Amino acid sequence: MVFGLVVNEGPYQHQASDTAYQFARAALTTGHEILRVFFYHDGVYNGTRLTVAPQDDRAVTERWSALSEEYSLDLVLCVAAAHRRGILDEAERRRNSKDAENLAPGFRISGIGQLVEAAILADRLVVFGD
Amino acid sequence: MVSGYRKGREVVVKRLLYVNRRPPHGTIYGHEGLEVLFTGAVFDQLVTVLFLDDGVYQLVRDQDPSALGLKNYAKGFRALEELGVEAICVAKDDLATRGLVPEDLALPAALVSREEITALMESHDVILSF
Repeated sequence: MVFGLVVNEGPYQHQASDTAYQFARAALTTGHEILRVFFYHDGVYNGTRLTVAPQDDRAVTERWSALSEEYSLDLVLCVAAAHRRGILDEAERRRNSKDAENLAPGFRISGIGQLVEAAILADRLVVFGD
Repeated sequence: MVSGYRKGREVVVKRLLYVNRRPPHGTIYGHEGLEVLFTGAVFDQLVTVLFLDDGVYQLVRDQDPSALGLKNYAKGFRALEELGVEAICVAKDDLATRGLVPEDLALPAALVSREEITALMESHDVILSF
């Protein structure tokens, strides 16, 4: 089955990102396909590489990056939501004249259309958040 | 009639249900949910928008959050009719529980019962909840 995933909450604050990660991992290791993971609302905070995970706790962002590397998983942050919350890639940094970019490996920044497209093309869209 | 989204040689038309169930202004969910609705319109799908629980407050006419320093995103809902959505529905019970009548709303909407909401959720392919 082809899944689209949506993560609507930030890391650590909420379980949504953890559950989505476990879901994604379980789906991929049992032969399902994940079209895309779309991060929206505070979910975009999952994609900053400046996150410092506590030494005795899971590393939420690094874990997503590793899963993306292993399975070529498409991790997309909504550009409008990311702008509001200070997550920029190099192109957005330049376009908005900011002094740093902070996008974590394996993530990319794109438009809300990526969410709607995943909703249309996936067999199931699974949303994580309240 | 909608023409759908073209993926290669295939044309995909799905029934999307947007559910707004949180009050406006206090959190960004309603605002960013409306942004998905606007962007999603270009995909030319069969769209129904449903307001339930405290989400019915999003449709109340003449809102003015300017004293809070907030942009009145909710006036964007008035453009829903022009976006070509199939139906705009409001939970009848939730409206009544909050002392609201249809005349309080910024646009005409179909009042739906709990049973009709269940049927809506069953008859749509994708549910996006904000």
